[in-house]
Amino acid sequence: MQVTMTVNDVEVTREIEGRLLLVHFLRDVLGLTGTHSGCDTSNCGTCVVWLDGEPVKSCTVLAAMAGGHQVRTVEGLAKGAELDPVQQGFMQCHGLQCGFCTPGMMMTARALLNRNPDPTEAEIREAISGQICRCTGYATIVRSVRWAAVHEANAAAAVTETTESPEAGEIDNAGRPAGSVV
Amino acid sequence: MTTVHERVDTFHDNDQKPVGYGRMLRKEDPRFVRGRGRFVDDVRLPGLLHLAILRSPVAHARILSIDTSAAEASPGVKAVVTGAMLAEQGLAWMPTLSNDVQAVLATDKVRFQGQEVAFVVAEDPYAARDALELIDVEYDVLDPVVDARRALEPDAPVIRDDLEGKTDNHCFDWETGDEAATAAVFARADVVVSQDLVYPRVHPAPMETCGAVADFDAVEGKLRLWSTTQAPHAHRTLYALVAGIPEHKIQVISPDIGGGFGNKVPIYPGYVCAIVASIVTGKPVKWMEDRFENLISTGFARDYIMRGEIAATRDGRILAIRTNVLADHGAFNGTAAPVKYPAGFFGVFTGSYDIEAAYCKMTAVFTNKAPGGVAYACSFRITEAVYLVERIVDCLADELGMDPAELRLKNFIRPEQFPYTTKTGWVYDSGDYEPTMRLAMEMAGYADLRREQQEKRARGELMGIGIAFFTEAVGAGPRKNMDILGLGMADGCELRVHPTGKAVVRLSVQSQGQGHETTFAQIVAEEIGIPPDDIDVLHGDTDNTPFGLGTYGSRSTPVSGAAAALVARKVRDKARIIASGMLEVSVADLEWDKGSFRVKGDPGKSVTIQDIAMRAHGAGDLPEGVEGGLEAQICYNPSNLTYPHGAYICVVDIDPGTAQVKVRRFIAVDDCGTRINPMIIEGQVHGGLADGVGMALMEMIAFDEDGNCLGASLMDYLLPTALEVPDWETGFTVTPSPHHPIGAKGVGESATVGSPPAIVNAVVDALEPFGVRHADMPLTPSRVWDAMRGNARPPI
Repeated sequence: MQVTMTVNDVEVTREIEGRLLLVHFLRDVLGLTGTHSGCDTSNCGTCVVWLDGEPVKSCTVLAAMAGGHQVRTVEGLAKGAELDPVQQGFMQCHGLQCGFCTPGMMMTARALLNRNPDPTEAEIREAISGQICRCTGYATIVRSVRWAAVHEANAAAAVTETTESPEAGEIDNAGRPAGSVV
Repeated sequence: MTTVHERVDTFHDNDQKPVGYGRMLRKEDPRFVRGRGRFVDDVRLPGLLHLAILRSPVAHARILSIDTSAAEASPGVKAVVTGAMLAEQGLAWMPTLSNDVQAVLATDKVRFQGQEVAFVVAEDPYAARDALELIDVEYDVLDPVVDARRALEPDAPVIRDDLEGKTDNHCFDWETGDEAATAAVFARADVVVSQDLVYPRVHPAPMETCGAVADFDAVEGKLRLWSTTQAPHAHRTLYALVAGIPEHKIQVISPDIGGGFGNKVPIYPGYVCAIVASIVTGKPVKWMEDRFENLISTGFARDYIMRGEIAATRDGRILAIRTNVLADHGAFNGTAAPVKYPAGFFGVFTGSYDIEAAYCKMTAVFTNKAPGGVAYACSFRITEAVYLVERIVDCLADELGMDPAELRLKNFIRPEQFPYTTKTGWVYDSGDYEPTMRLAMEMAGYADLRREQQEKRARGELMGIGIAFFTEAVGAGPRKNMDILGLGMADGCELRVHPTGKAVVRLSVQSQGQGHETTFAQIVAEEIGIPPDDIDVLHGDTDNTPFGLGTYGSRSTPVSGAAAALVARKVRDKARIIASGMLEVSVADLEWDKGSFRVKGDPGKSVTIQDIAMRAHGAGDLPEGVEGGLEAQICYNPSNLTYPHGAYICVVDIDPGTAQVKVRRFIAVDDCGTRINPMIIEGQVHGGLADGVGMALMEMIAFDEDGNCLGASLMDYLLPTALEVPDWETGFTVTPSPHHPIGAKGVGESATVGSPPAIVNAVVDALEPFGVRHADMPLTPSRVWDAMRGNARPPI
């Protein structure tokens, strides 16, 4: 069957098997390998992408069901060369180690911030609770999302942004400009 | 020895130079946050075929027949291969890392549920899976052995009848310590406490499952294998020995690895199947297991049934520890540990205490379960050892009516006793335990917590405080007594400084998320003064890196980190000679200033490492006898293991109505010697603590009486999410290793080792009002509920 959908703002049309899962369509047909597959039972969330702006587990969505819809993957998170604050936050706060769960975590985090720009730690934990990370123990992921929230709030308030901003320093528990080599 | 409470590391040198140790953002992160990691399943080659494995639905059965004709006729199928076909090539069996053998594809019998029986190669993964359904296998089902206690009963079915003359399920016996001396101490002790403990079978379950892409080029005779391996060089050598492909014609590439935790140390049948498939079809072949396959067939961890005994004086002086262990090794002995250590480093079960005698006797058995045994960040079975000693010390505290912190403080090996030889023969390199313990107690507010607990108990609330203090033995290991299948556990490192002063470091170890590209750049930067951003770190490709045994057992920094420091010093020594020529002074007149050599007493005269690099490659004269170039290679053979330690305190609340355990706080103070990147260290600790919550409260690979695996999906095998774990509170002390070139000790598994007993101790402490002295993991609500009603029972 033929399916047409918009992936990361680009319309794509492909001939597929009706049973093809969205995660495999993205990875194997479109070559967007940033989305991962970790469990097949909707438990791990490494496959999270957006369907019309909402996070979904793409291992449990048929590619055909995405026909006519908007899909966004980790490859579509940055605006060109400029990383999304969530991506920056994960780098600044060590929100990733092996990097396998990271794309799904970041897609969920971005969606959370879109509907709640100032989430509490508890709200962040709730938001990512359908996803598993085996490396970080989650605390640094929570900090990463908070970093993004604070960073965006600063930008919105048109505060001059530097990594030395007090808010960034608050998130960076080393207590010094995030990103500095010390 | 410095003790630092806050989470801030100081500069290694107070010179403000932006090189070397400290919090540095990871060099590998830019690709991962963009979705541009390069994992095995991301490898795409022209003409790629896909392999799927048919697995046994039963735990123990004789294979009567296999009919593959319908599968062969299925659309898109290129090949269907059975054990019988592999046997014709002598490839049906392969050696394990413990000198046992394991079936690549079953020929005679299946010996665990999920064992590999046949494989299909097809044009796409869906077609391969379709064809699996069409393979018809006739089984004669046999009684399985599920319980290790049953394995040695005279009428137990014999699992390993493939081994000549094998008439029972005995795997090995092992003992350490002095049995008679320990018995004598026990006989005269005021107090003896014994406790049965089970460390259930668990699974590392990295988010990326195991897999491989094999590409055999028949013209070159060369095999390229992209593979989820923590030990690419060791795997290459083993493939050469097994498959008969010359070693220089095998390139193992371990790209980005999505978590390992020991799960990716063994060679699995799937890798061998992919290699065979590529040779048979002449095409590149990919095998990626799914989660079910990962959980049911790949390397499990633990599965120890232990009896711990501790002897002490009435006033709380620990005299001796004795243990008896029944180890379940599954159907094949696939333990990945140094050859002379069939029980890994379980011999450190004497813990952090200065005692008079110790003895362990262990019997290992075969059962109808998946092979494995050493995995899940266990530091070669130190998880089991630390759990045993820290649980039994708490049992003793309970018996003596002593505070568990006080009991530990009273019995620690004292700093002046290091290097300390334990009663089981391990030489602890350095340690200063009391400050670490005191810091954890201070961070926790231990006295306040005990007061709070008393108040809550008076109100009928269930609050527990658990302590664990561990000493690990990591960084395997000295080649005189440590090898895996004859390969010494040394690691190579190569450093090349390019003409413009940038550099590349090539490692034999392989990151699975530990951040080697950052940490090793920092180690080299610290030694040679080139900023870490100017140092590229290469690893995971056997054609482009020096030989070494890989990353597991927290060995990367203790072994390869030492190699990196020493190779940098070797390059620096050569740079010094070149600098002496450039500055026209003798080498003795030069002093190193982190990045440059300057003339003593004349600081205006100096040359940078970058200047020296250009001179080393340039047209100008070099000092007499000095070859051009600025590079070196070494192979580091550690003189001893390193012994990190730590003090962990866990606070739990238990809902008396549901028996749900909530980890409210977790305080972890780690001492891993010299700290390179505190951000990465903290991350390693956090991850291990979450593992501990999972093991203590949630995770278990259980089996029913027929040998069906009850933990074969993430719906059944529960891993902690962000809701089950607290925000971790970490601190550190620094006791450098005296024999490691930079004093580092390794930290990758400390928290996985130390956290389970802290959590279990906390739960048992919370249940004291119910008279509970012990409850086995996993402490799920139903098991805690039972314990509260006097029905605490082992999980197996």
